[in-house]
Amino acid sequence: METILLFAPLIGSLICGFGWRVISEQGAMVVATGLLFLSAFLSWVVFLSFDGVTEQIQIMRWIESGTLATDWAIRLDRLTAIMLIVITTVSSLVHLYSFGYMAHDDHFREGESYRPRFFAYLSFFTFAMLMLVTADNLVQMFFGWEGVGVASYLLIGFYFRKESAGAASIKAFVVNRVGDFGFALGIFALFFLVDSINMDDVFAAAPELANTTITFLWGEWNAIEVICVLLFIGAMGKSAQLLLHTWLPDAMEGPTPVSALIHAATMVTAGVFLVCRMSPLMEFAPGATTFIVYLGATTAFFAATVGLVQNDIKRVIAYSTCSQLGYMFVAAGVGVYSAAMFHLLTHAFFKAMLFLGAGSVIHGMHHEQDMRNYGGLRKKLPYTFWAMMIGTLAITGVGIPLTHIGFAGFLSKDAIIESAWGAQTVAGTYGFWMLVIAACMTSFYSWRLMFLTFYGEARGDKHTHEHAHESPTVMLIPLGVLAVGAILAGMVWFKPFFGDTESVAKFYGIPVAGAEAHDESHADDSHAADDHSDDHAADGPAEDSHADESHAETAVASDDHSDDHAEEGGHGDGHHAAFGGQPGEGALFIGPENKVLDHAHEAPKWVKVSPFIAMLLGFLLAFQMYIRRPDLPAKLAENQKPLYDFLINKWYFDEIYDFLFVRPAQAIGKFLWKRGDGNVIDGGINGLAMGVIPFFTRLAGRAQSGYLFHYVFAMIIGIVVLVTWMSLSGGAH
Amino acid sequence: MTVVDFAFYLFAITVVTAGLFVVIARNPVHSVLWLILAFLSSAGMFVLLGAEFVAMLLIIVYVGAVAVLFLFVVMMLDVDFAELKAEMAKYVPLAALIGVVLLMQLAVVFGSWAFAPEAEALRGAVTPDAGEVHNTKALGMLLYDQYFLLFQLAGLVLLVAMVGAIVLTLRHRTDIKRQNVLAQMYRDPAKAMKVVDVKPGQGL
Amino acid sequence: MTATDLAIVLPEVFLALFAIGSLLFAAYTAKDDLGPALTWATAAVFVGIAGWVALSGDTNRTAFNGMFIDDGFARFAKVVVLLSGAAVLVMTQEFLTRRGLMKFEYPLLIALATVGMMMMVSAGDLMALYMGLELQSLALYVVAALRRDSPRSTEAGLKYFVLGALSSGMLLYGASLVYGFAGTTQFAGIITTADEGGMSIGLLIGLVFVISGLAFKVSAAPFHMWTPDVYEGSPTAVTAFFATAPKVAAMALFARVMHDAFGNAVGDWQQIVAFLAVISMFLGAIAAIGQKDMKRLMAYSSIAHMGYALVGLAAGTEKGVSAMLLYMAIYVTMNIGTFAFILTMERDGVHATSIDGVRGLSKREPIKALALLVLLFSLAGVPPMVGFFGKFAVLTAAVDAGLGWLAVAGAVASVIGAYYYLRLVYFMYFGEETDAAIDGAMPTVQWGFLVASAALMILGIVNLFGVDGAATLAAITLVN
Repeated sequence: METILLFAPLIGSLICGFGWRVISEQGAMVVATGLLFLSAFLSWVVFLSFDGVTEQIQIMRWIESGTLATDWAIRLDRLTAIMLIVITTVSSLVHLYSFGYMAHDDHFREGESYRPRFFAYLSFFTFAMLMLVTADNLVQMFFGWEGVGVASYLLIGFYFRKESAGAASIKAFVVNRVGDFGFALGIFALFFLVDSINMDDVFAAAPELANTTITFLWGEWNAIEVICVLLFIGAMGKSAQLLLHTWLPDAMEGPTPVSALIHAATMVTAGVFLVCRMSPLMEFAPGATTFIVYLGATTAFFAATVGLVQNDIKRVIAYSTCSQLGYMFVAAGVGVYSAAMFHLLTHAFFKAMLFLGAGSVIHGMHHEQDMRNYGGLRKKLPYTFWAMMIGTLAITGVGIPLTHIGFAGFLSKDAIIESAWGAQTVAGTYGFWMLVIAACMTSFYSWRLMFLTFYGEARGDKHTHEHAHESPTVMLIPLGVLAVGAILAGMVWFKPFFGDTESVAKFYGIPVAGAEAHDESHADDSHAADDHSDDHAADGPAEDSHADESHAETAVASDDHSDDHAEEGGHGDGHHAAFGGQPGEGALFIGPENKVLDHAHEAPKWVKVSPFIAMLLGFLLAFQMYIRRPDLPAKLAENQKPLYDFLINKWYFDEIYDFLFVRPAQAIGKFLWKRGDGNVIDGGINGLAMGVIPFFTRLAGRAQSGYLFHYVFAMIIGIVVLVTWMSLSGGAH
Repeated sequence: MTVVDFAFYLFAITVVTAGLFVVIARNPVHSVLWLILAFLSSAGMFVLLGAEFVAMLLIIVYVGAVAVLFLFVVMMLDVDFAELKAEMAKYVPLAALIGVVLLMQLAVVFGSWAFAPEAEALRGAVTPDAGEVHNTKALGMLLYDQYFLLFQLAGLVLLVAMVGAIVLTLRHRTDIKRQNVLAQMYRDPAKAMKVVDVKPGQGL
Repeated sequence: MTATDLAIVLPEVFLALFAIGSLLFAAYTAKDDLGPALTWATAAVFVGIAGWVALSGDTNRTAFNGMFIDDGFARFAKVVVLLSGAAVLVMTQEFLTRRGLMKFEYPLLIALATVGMMMMVSAGDLMALYMGLELQSLALYVVAALRRDSPRSTEAGLKYFVLGALSSGMLLYGASLVYGFAGTTQFAGIITTADEGGMSIGLLIGLVFVISGLAFKVSAAPFHMWTPDVYEGSPTAVTAFFATAPKVAAMALFARVMHDAFGNAVGDWQQIVAFLAVISMFLGAIAAIGQKDMKRLMAYSSIAHMGYALVGLAAGTEKGVSAMLLYMAIYVTMNIGTFAFILTMERDGVHATSIDGVRGLSKREPIKALALLVLLFSLAGVPPMVGFFGKFAVLTAAVDAGLGWLAVAGAVASVIGAYYYLRLVYFMYFGEETDAAIDGAMPTVQWGFLVASAALMILGIVNLFGVDGAATLAAITLVN
């Protein structure tokens, strides 16, 4: 079943891409979409029937070279299952949506066949993404990683006649290369140290790696810190985190369904997935995770600020995506991987819906993307309006504070913010404040988008507004399905993702070092002490006893908060279980010292309410500025010119990169091209090929005179040379 | 110096001198004559070595047949050797230099000549003992027994030479009339002849 | 001389008797009308003997007091020689008949030359070597001048003959020096006296002369001068033969002498052979660039290829000999295909071998052009054609033997050499058709050889048809 699920998109892609001439355009598109729905259906079956035990399904031997032996295998655990449903569901809906959206396109000439190609790319992307998430080893993951990169490149540049689309696709590709370089280095380092790139071996070696040092660049480092940072650099590229984020807004040059699928729901979350997948390593690398928290939080803040002032509807959502990814990294960084995955899941639903909704608006408005030319579309596009409204409610996090009732984003985002607070570190606190501020801004720009688009007076071209129309049903169905997800996903899956330790552990198949173990370790203190004297020899018993001890401490500590628990009502029925197991056992590994989840649940009420208040503030501000006083934004931009410029130019990142990297690289390239390649290499080769060798050719031609005595002469000279050489050198001695 | 030694040096010097003149003589006929002298001298050396059969072979086959054939060929062909030589003369200085170098090296070789320790035994192993067998007989034993394979191969080489000569020179010309003896003999006068009564003044 | 001795040389005896018998039969019956039939018969006999030799077990025997050696190495070389000879005969029969060159002596001279080649590769004695060499050479001198009415053909025959005589003289002079030192002409005896470091200067000079004589036969530079003129002047059918079987035989003989007679003094001849290899590779590559005629081009091509084969020999190891044999087998296959094409080059019924003839060929004859493209790529050593593996094998052998510089030189020369092969490809695919364009139809036999040879160049990449394994086994029997 898993194999069918994995290969259905590939087959769809091949049939659609190469066979459309045989089965007609429409047929090809139907085949690709049908196979994806099959894949989605199977994914849900897998997800719902999954029992939490990691399975490995081998497909074939892949690479064997020296000690490097990799299978092509599916690693099926909870993480994979979650990703499977996210990817295939969104992808199948996007396929369906594209029937409507791609029906007519001004970028292509009359009679040109671009739709089968588009569907083939989409299906290929889905396959590559599935490869990525089902990977059982890092090489396979890297294959998928690059596969989605290629698909992304092809789809961003889908409107190949548009120069900006071409440039954007190249930019996406090149910026991703930087991240991929880090990722590849991380894989190399792992292979270098562990001698294997299979997940199981790597995870098992994690405790040992924590005590290893490696020489990298200019110094000696802790091996696991280096590896985790390198892997995270890969994640940064794919997930558009700060410094490597510049490609994501430009990627909006692609068709909107692509933005929904690749640049909102799936590919960009690959980085988050990677960090979660590598949780057994991350848990041993406190430095790297701290870095992740800082970077994620800063990205969330930065992207939100830029999102405030963007006018292109898709760019607003793109920066919003960037910002939400930052949230996820904060959660993963503080060690609550389940919360990161939770947000990933809910975000996939509401963000895909926002994009598809935006696509619907753009489609209705004849490919107009500037929000300043929208306005008052509520009546013209009623279904789209409601879908967007649900999406906005979800992303801004509307719900009833202190309960678990609310839109998907409310639950998952609050989970992350609480987790950040629960980390109880400087980084965590920084993350907490940044995320709360970002939540406020998220609310502001989301509502700004809504107000500018659907409320107020119709601005822009009158003709366009008159002809604005609701999208066809085929585009509205995906919106409806996603809307259900955006409303319910949070409430349905809150417990397994962010419930108490036991339910989370059960969901992810992590063994729980529960009360029984607790008793045991107390009964055998000397045993624990012995293990401690081993100085963390990284074997099983040591880990267990350590876990038990720290658990005992938190158990005491948790008593103080017992009344909080009672009020929260949902979780914590008297005793705290701790995560246990070895690295690699279960989908996630959460170190025994990692109590962030518990701390998060025990957060004070003001912490829990703060994102809601931030959301309200943002909403009110937007309401004030765009409904009651529509002239205010322009004035503000006038008054705060430097700040506005700073934001509208995206903190000048592109300009700085242009100055720092692009221009010097161009200069070096030009120098090497003109001087190095042109003068030295070409000159040398041409000189050799067109000067020296023809000279010898002429010489040889002249020697071949046809005169017998010349020939004899040559032979005699040859023999004299040989004889002289031999008699002078005396043979071998 | 015994007579034998004297004869050896005489023949040896004659061979070398004659060889030199074969190359440098202006008239090709002279060259062939010098060649004959060289053959004769070497035949003399074979006699000195006690190989009278080989010496006679040299005189009968080479001097009597081959060299004389050469002489005829050279006389019949009209080759302007002077012109060829003029072309070659351009290279004489260089050729002489190379020749001298080669000669010096060969001199070094023979000056420091050494036999392999096993050489004497190996040489003796093939030939019959000269003390017991007459050299002509020994030659026969070698050729027809020891070196049977080589002898047959030599025969094949000669066959190829003969076939080659025929292939390259024999022509079956179709545009000429040939005598057909049988046809002539079987000719029937009745068919071949016709008596015609020619009237005067009319002609045929 | 016993019956066992004769039993060992029976294939050669049979072939010689066949040649003599056919000669008598044809001379007394239909003469030249029998030519085509005799050609086919000779080819069939070649194939039969090749099968016989190949299946005659894997024992190593000597006959006539060590004068004749029948070992795995000799059998491998004989099979390659016989099969390539048969292929060339079959391929050229139509050509010779159509051009009025089909004399009945032609297949028989080839047969006798082949007897000589078989003797060469089995030679265990300097005299046997010489007799085999002369038998082969003399027959080849004759067929070179087969078109006796053409001045170019007779010139080719004469040049070949005179230069061949010179090289024979050098070989004999060297052989006499060797005999003078060792006291024996048998390889088995010479090897006991010629030790590494124990070679006297006289023996060394003798070795140089012997190598020079052999180098002439394999047309290695600087003893290659006859090759372009003879290749161009001879009838193309004969050129095709020159480029295949005799090269294999001469190269095998070269290896035989070096390893059987001087195998204890590898260091002494290694540098000479390496020197010849370098000069040949570079000269072949560089001089070919200026050529306008396909046959001359192939002459230089064969000089370069002999250079590569000598690289394998220069390694002086078992692996080197095996690589050399593999290289020769591949070389012969490529050349048969290429000459199958050259044989059919004609314009208005006249044989025209100018390279301008192939301009724009791909548009007129796509299959022929494609097959020729594969062969040219293979000749140039472009992966993944089989020709690449041959080059790879010899260069690897050289590197393993510590001759890294030789391998580098070989790689550089192959880059230079690729130019003229690729130029032909360029002509075929991008060249403008000119007045010289060839227009002849291709008889089925030649077409079959061209396409089959090209197909082998591609299909062989799987396992080289096991030839490399056979070559390794053959090399083991030669190098101990």
